Amino acid sequence: MTHETASSLQPPKVIFSPIGWMREHLFSSVWNSILTLITLYILWLLVPPVIEWAFLKASWVGTSRDDCTPGGACWVFIAQRWSQFMYGFYPEALRWRVDLAGILAVLWGGPLLFQRFPWKKLFGFSFLIGYPLIAWWLLYGGDLFGMTTVPTDQWGGLMLTLVIAAVGIAGAMPLGILFALGRRSELPVIKAVSIAFIEFWRGVPLISVLFMSSVMLPLFLPEGMNFDKLVRALIAVVLFQAAYIAEVVRGGLQAIPKGQYEAAQALGLNYWQMMGLIILPQALKLVIPGIVNTFIALFKDTSLVIIIGLSDFFMIIHRATVDPAWLGFATEGYVFAAAVYWIFCFGMSRYSIALEKRLNTDHRR
Amino acid sequence: MNETATATTTPNRIASHKTAEAMIVMEHVNKWYGDFHVLKDINLTVARGERIVLCGPSGSGKSTTIRCINRLEAHQSGRIVVDGIELSDDVRQIEAIRKEVGMVFQHFNLFPHLTVLENCTLAPIWVKKMPKKEAEVIAMHFLERVRIPDQANKYPGQLSGGQQQRVAIARALCMKPKVMLFDEPTSALDPEMVKEVLDTMIELAEEGMTMLCVTHEMGFARTVADRVIFMDKGEIVEEAPPEVFFTNPQNERTKQFLGQILNH
Repeated sequence: MTHETASSLQPPKVIFSPIGWMREHLFSSVWNSILTLITLYILWLLVPPVIEWAFLKASWVGTSRDDCTPGGACWVFIAQRWSQFMYGFYPEALRWRVDLAGILAVLWGGPLLFQRFPWKKLFGFSFLIGYPLIAWWLLYGGDLFGMTTVPTDQWGGLMLTLVIAAVGIAGAMPLGILFALGRRSELPVIKAVSIAFIEFWRGVPLISVLFMSSVMLPLFLPEGMNFDKLVRALIAVVLFQAAYIAEVVRGGLQAIPKGQYEAAQALGLNYWQMMGLIILPQALKLVIPGIVNTFIALFKDTSLVIIIGLSDFFMIIHRATVDPAWLGFATEGYVFAAAVYWIFCFGMSRYSIALEKRLNTDHRR
Repeated sequence: MNETATATTTPNRIASHKTAEAMIVMEHVNKWYGDFHVLKDINLTVARGERIVLCGPSGSGKSTTIRCINRLEAHQSGRIVVDGIELSDDVRQIEAIRKEVGMVFQHFNLFPHLTVLENCTLAPIWVKKMPKKEAEVIAMHFLERVRIPDQANKYPGQLSGGQQQRVAIARALCMKPKVMLFDEPTSALDPEMVKEVLDTMIELAEEGMTMLCVTHEMGFARTVADRVIFMDKGEIVEEAPPEVFFTNPQNERTKQFLGQILNH
């Protein structure tokens, strides 16, 4: 073969046909064919009844249990209790404040999750400083412009779950990074404090932390001093998750070659510049899967706050299922709860994959 | 063998820019790694504009010597003074020296998450507090000098080894250093890329930059060095101008080393 003909060879054409694909992937051998058939049989057993229950025979409209048809799910229950599931016992007349806080979060914070745009830094900075204050003012209220105060024991439902998760994530991330850096510090005191913090919080169950925050902490506080129950739970969640984040981030820091530190130092960058501009951007990118893993766990663990009497999304649903008016519809309630948790967790998972792709500059050719 | 013959008669030897003023002074510098004595009483004065090549077998302490100059390694006794600033544990002193000393590494150590241009502008913007526009003008100037301005918006991972090392040189030059340290800059390169990096270094020497190079490129040493220093087992064994060093080495260990690297 001459050189010319070799260089003019075309790559083999791949023609897609469903039958060809099936033959190659599902029925390539006797054993594979058997496995395919068994799997299809199991799916046939499982999927149609679920679809039938959840959709085909389900009841969608109505006002009470009398509108439910037997044999299918009764989503009327969810529809009737929808606003309670979302807002808990937040006064109905004031629920627009919760909506407004949510809309602000999406419009103000949402764009930060995506591509670069002009003034992104300023925009992000204003969000990080301004949003927590405005959100607190909207949700809790206060003297400013005569907002009615809504005590946190009236908060509940998905709104409470999202507040705990958002505060947990926003608080645990920077704190975790600081403790990860502290654990690798050359200063013995900082290193010892970081190790003690991480090992303590990682070594105790979140349930016991929440218990201690609500039962034991008041014993140590001076008489008459009362700390909001939700605030205590928030602090507990933040400290607890920060310990996990710290170890995930430390894993990323260890993966950065020594040469990156040396190059940054040789250019005259100080410690914080080196960490903030060179090391952390690379280390955090490496551990996105681990960080998101922790955040997903955190999101689901927020349901543990029921232990100290807060009515989060899960608890509100659970309570509704034992309401005499709706006895017997627990399945619908728990399926709905699972679906909502799943949507949020799956969303975080997809976002992390997109983020990894966007930040991958290392080997782009 | 031929190489030794040409050493004295290299036609395009670069004129010396050496001055009388001392740029780097190392006096009785000692360093240990645990019980291992890596640097044994190093005494070395580098004049402004002087070009020095350090060579020696691996583990001889040559990299450690230049890494002590910008405090990537700390010396344990003795004195190091760079441009009148004495190195101590004081962070301000260390940072002041690092602003004046550029360094190029064996493995380039470019920042993979930043573009070539951002690699070059980072230190001027953050360390020298230079406006971004001005830093970019300077960065493009040096990228042109190392002949890769067209790669400015690519990421380091998209460049060849030789191109990456030239970016690393440009990045160091953007800080307008008074001294450049080279730590085996061509050792990690494919053979066909060594020349482009050496040519860049030779151009830098022509402009009068004070340079300390750890390298095994003896051709480069002949063309550029004012002095060649041979180190072995943590001490300076021999130092001489290249024409003497290559033709008439005094020390047995130097002869042995030169025999090994020149006659293969």
